[in-house]
Amino acid sequence: MFGGIDPALLIASLMVASVPILLAAVGELVVEKAGVLNLGVEGMMIMGAICGFITAVETGSPTLGFLGGAAGGAALSLLFAALTQVMQANQVASGLALTLFGLGLSSLLGQNYVGIKPPHTGAVPFGPLADIPFLGRVVFGHDPFVYLSIIAVAAVWAFLKFSRGGLILRAVGESHDAAHALGYKVVRIRMLAIMFGGAMAGLGGAYLSLVRVPQWVDGITAGAGWIALAIVVFASWKPWRALLGAWLFGGITVLQLNLQAAQVGIPVEYLSMSPYLITILVLVLMSSGRGKAALNAPACLGQNFHAAR
Amino acid sequence: MTSDAALLRIEGVTKAYPGVVANSDVSFTIHEGEVHALLGENGAGKSTLVKMIYGLVKPDQGRMVWRGAPYAPAKPSAARASGVAMVFQHFSLFEALSVAENVALGMETPPPMRELAARIRAVSEEYGLPLDPSRMVGDLSAGERQRVEIIRCLLQSPKLLIMDEPTSVLTPQEVEILFKTLRQLKAEGTSILYISHKLEEIRALCDEATILRRGKVVATCTPREKTAREMAEMMVGATLTPPERRAGTRGEVALGVSDLSVPSPIPFGTSLKSVSFTVARGEVLGIAGVAGNGQDELLLALSGELRSDADRVRIHGRPVGDLGPEARRRAGLVAAPEERLGHAAAPNMSLTENALLTGATRQGLTRRGFIDWRKTEAFAAAVIRDFDVRTPGTHVAARALSGGNLQKFVVGRELSQSPEVIVINQPTWGVDAAAAAAIRQAILDRAAQGAAVVVISQDLDELLEIADSFAALNEGRLSKPRPVAGLTVDEIGLMMGGAHGMEVAHHGA
Amino acid sequence: MLKLEKRPSPSVMWSRATPVLAVALTMVAGGIMFAVLGKNPFEAIRTIFWDPLFGEFAFYLRGQLLVKAGPLILIAVGLSLGFRAGIWNIGAEGQYIMGAICGAALGLAVFPTENRLIFPAMVVAGALGGWAWAMIPAVLKTRFNTNEILVSLMLVYVAQTVLAMASTGFLRNPEGMGFPGSRNFSGYAAARNGFLWEGAGLHWGGVMALATVVAAYVLLQRHMLGFQIKLSGQAPRAARYAGVQPDRLVMLCMGVAGALAGMAGLFEVTGPAGQISIDFNSGYGFTAIIVAFLGRLNPVGILFAGLLMALTYIGGEMASTNLGLPSAAIQAFQGMLLFFLLACDLLTNFRIRLAKKGEAR
Repeated sequence: MFGGIDPALLIASLMVASVPILLAAVGELVVEKAGVLNLGVEGMMIMGAICGFITAVETGSPTLGFLGGAAGGAALSLLFAALTQVMQANQVASGLALTLFGLGLSSLLGQNYVGIKPPHTGAVPFGPLADIPFLGRVVFGHDPFVYLSIIAVAAVWAFLKFSRGGLILRAVGESHDAAHALGYKVVRIRMLAIMFGGAMAGLGGAYLSLVRVPQWVDGITAGAGWIALAIVVFASWKPWRALLGAWLFGGITVLQLNLQAAQVGIPVEYLSMSPYLITILVLVLMSSGRGKAALNAPACLGQNFHAAR
Repeated sequence: MTSDAALLRIEGVTKAYPGVVANSDVSFTIHEGEVHALLGENGAGKSTLVKMIYGLVKPDQGRMVWRGAPYAPAKPSAARASGVAMVFQHFSLFEALSVAENVALGMETPPPMRELAARIRAVSEEYGLPLDPSRMVGDLSAGERQRVEIIRCLLQSPKLLIMDEPTSVLTPQEVEILFKTLRQLKAEGTSILYISHKLEEIRALCDEATILRRGKVVATCTPREKTAREMAEMMVGATLTPPERRAGTRGEVALGVSDLSVPSPIPFGTSLKSVSFTVARGEVLGIAGVAGNGQDELLLALSGELRSDADRVRIHGRPVGDLGPEARRRAGLVAAPEERLGHAAAPNMSLTENALLTGATRQGLTRRGFIDWRKTEAFAAAVIRDFDVRTPGTHVAARALSGGNLQKFVVGRELSQSPEVIVINQPTWGVDAAAAAAIRQAILDRAAQGAAVVVISQDLDELLEIADSFAALNEGRLSKPRPVAGLTVDEIGLMMGGAHGMEVAHHGA
Repeated sequence: MLKLEKRPSPSVMWSRATPVLAVALTMVAGGIMFAVLGKNPFEAIRTIFWDPLFGEFAFYLRGQLLVKAGPLILIAVGLSLGFRAGIWNIGAEGQYIMGAICGAALGLAVFPTENRLIFPAMVVAGALGGWAWAMIPAVLKTRFNTNEILVSLMLVYVAQTVLAMASTGFLRNPEGMGFPGSRNFSGYAAARNGFLWEGAGLHWGGVMALATVVAAYVLLQRHMLGFQIKLSGQAPRAARYAGVQPDRLVMLCMGVAGALAGMAGLFEVTGPAGQISIDFNSGYGFTAIIVAFLGRLNPVGILFAGLLMALTYIGGEMASTNLGLPSAAIQAFQGMLLFFLLACDLLTNFRIRLAKKGEAR
């Protein structure tokens, strides 16, 4: 149908392709649920990518690499947290600064790591399960992070829906004044959420440089962080819909790469701009339902909180 | 009934903020099972005091004693653990969360959601406050929201219940029901600290009253033994003169609204449903209603921020429903929204710039789009002078002014533009008595000069004082306007929607 | 313990002083970064900030300063209008590319006709190209309530692929022996954007930038439209109350920013860059965001900020050739500047108070 594209391979690789944006999107979803708009996802992702890469190469351990990536993303997000939560800086501007700074710093850190292969991240050994035709390849043939990203979605969903912590987090995002009046520590809760978002974005970035690509290239994220932000809107702040969104975008990315390789008659440029155009299209569809998605948005999104009196 | 044992003693508490002493050497005692009123004007220091009792703020000096033991809650949860619960006036509910979730957020260790829902149902039945735990708070009426808060408190079986201006969001009928609930609580031994500036209510409900003025206790009294006027003068520290009313000469209709229906642009807002009324030159129409019944929407639809079909709104017979605020100002209509900071005025801009905000057209402050700053400043200075706005100058940012002063500036800015139609929402909300009197007088003066005035307010006393005719908003519908003369409180309450489905407590006294 | 206290009115003194403080702090932090990279921090800072102005090659580099600052100022002034109104167009890079492509396409289409009207027409085409590209997020925002930040940014990536298509496809130099890239405008007098006089460093883009600064200053200080822009950003509800139509403001701010970015692209492609090529864009559209904030969204401030940022570019290049400082270090350095600026902004609206010991807090 698609010039000899194997559907099992396509599904398997779209799951892989969606991992970075999914991790970042789930992290950002939590941040936004707490009422904070961090536009620095791209910057945190790329910091995660380089920190993870360096750690993995220097220690030889992919696991440590991913931890390093998460730490890198979280460290950068801490900067955002300090700016917006302590110093009351504008969240949009601070997020942009984070991205610009992250892109520069990652490139600086990575200059000695271009062209190196990172240690290999293996697939989870499912034994005979992996040999089941079709299903084995689609479901049981992946590295741990494919499963981890889905677990993360489930965990965030359960946390937000059932736990008291999740309730408090949502409450802070809905009305920081009310939460403060009830005695909740708005700034502290938001800082924790921001750092969680940073760690998740960093993890997503590390997955790019350690598994998906896998090597260090300047500007490796190529807008993945922004797509993750778009997915949060697409998902109207619901974790399972973020998974759907990430698979959709992962699917488009994989499909266009496959179509490029299969040399169908469409020019390469049209294919490579397609994920971005489709992101815009999806944003339009999601936003135009007059306020429906907007109603689900946390009421305090993007507003700073300063306890007066 | 009231026992002599002290539940909470406040001893010489002082709290200062930069530039202002909110409480100075405040002392009083709340006894077990007593309903204690805390009376004072806006800015008298009531909320700071309450925040200290609730653990949101720490006193600089003085101490509090709870049943004989020192009491110094470090945070609200500590206060709640001691048995203090609070029903807030504003800012304590989450619109996008359910009733049960809102209740859970106010508790230390809430039971699982299902059990909590059952307990909410039980308590709401017992006290006659019906409430569905699974409903979204944003969809509730103001009265229902208050029930959420009260139930949140009752679930903790508090020893002391603090209520901050609880009746400002209720119809007269709902107030009666609330009082029954409160009396029932008192009979069960709960003490209540009741904050208000509505004196008749306090006389009806409270055993003791502490009166604050400018952060100091100026008097304590037993409300039943004093007249409302005596208490008002203790509170304000001056003799009050009601505004002067002029002889009513009605002119032709200046503002006509017919069958106006617009969806609300505000999340969880109330849409207007077929609103019709007319206001003649020289007439003041008062529109009452519990908060959230379409007042904001009505103001937006009249000011032009919310548009409708052209002939739904007419100024001097001219259809203006499809015109924006600027065009309506040109046609002679000025409007002052309820929220001063952020809506009626830009907080970070100077008073001069804020004068330009609405004054540009009618005052001729621009020429071919270029701003005449000198003229604008002169206009701002005139407003400040004529309306006695206390400010160091026109260069000061709007947010630096006190609420009352900013309100005088905003109302003054609109009234100074020789308007033909005036629409004001909550003209004296959060304003001290002297300023409120000045604002009411200014409105009446403009009406006497021939302007048609619409005053939207939740303060019934205010409306009855200045309005010629009276109507009420209830769930976006406007009752038929009636002359004020001869209206009874019961009739007003029914126009406002009666008891909104509340019922009287079953086990009450 | 330190405590924040909101000022009753924003401090005028601090709003002027924060950029200077931020630059100073960035120099310190940047110096530390350079030291970590094994460079002498003092030498590096001197190479970046002093040598281009007063060093050996200053006569040439001062001109270069204007070449770099021109597009930055032009774009930043446009962006600042939107930022002031709370409209976040961060896709200036894409608008810059599309402006360059449209303008260049016009010039290349009439090649080799010589006519004095060609260059002005190309400028208009460039402005229109940038304007049209910015209209996409603007229209989507006003019609469908779509987030302009994400859309304008996504369009940067799209513009980059269009640029690749242009330089390898429809605008490729037919005499270029198959190499990507368009004809070079330096050999086409009617469409060339040369220096106004020899070695000046000032081309029409620079002139335009200066004119824009003046126009924006007058707009913001004296005109009702400027007032409405400021009002919309600070208090959107008050703006609607005053009678501002938010949709029209979005169209206007996005359109102006797009047109100016497109023009900047055109001046660049016909001047310093010379031709359309795959990597013709050099991130001016993103750096301009820093410039806009560094200039406190004030046209005059942006003028200085643009010059300062151009200085870091040129000084950075010098530091890169002379000291072997990686060029990415400069990018990080610029990002740092924005951070410090945002952090220092705190001082404008808040007072930091030392809560004394023993005071109950």
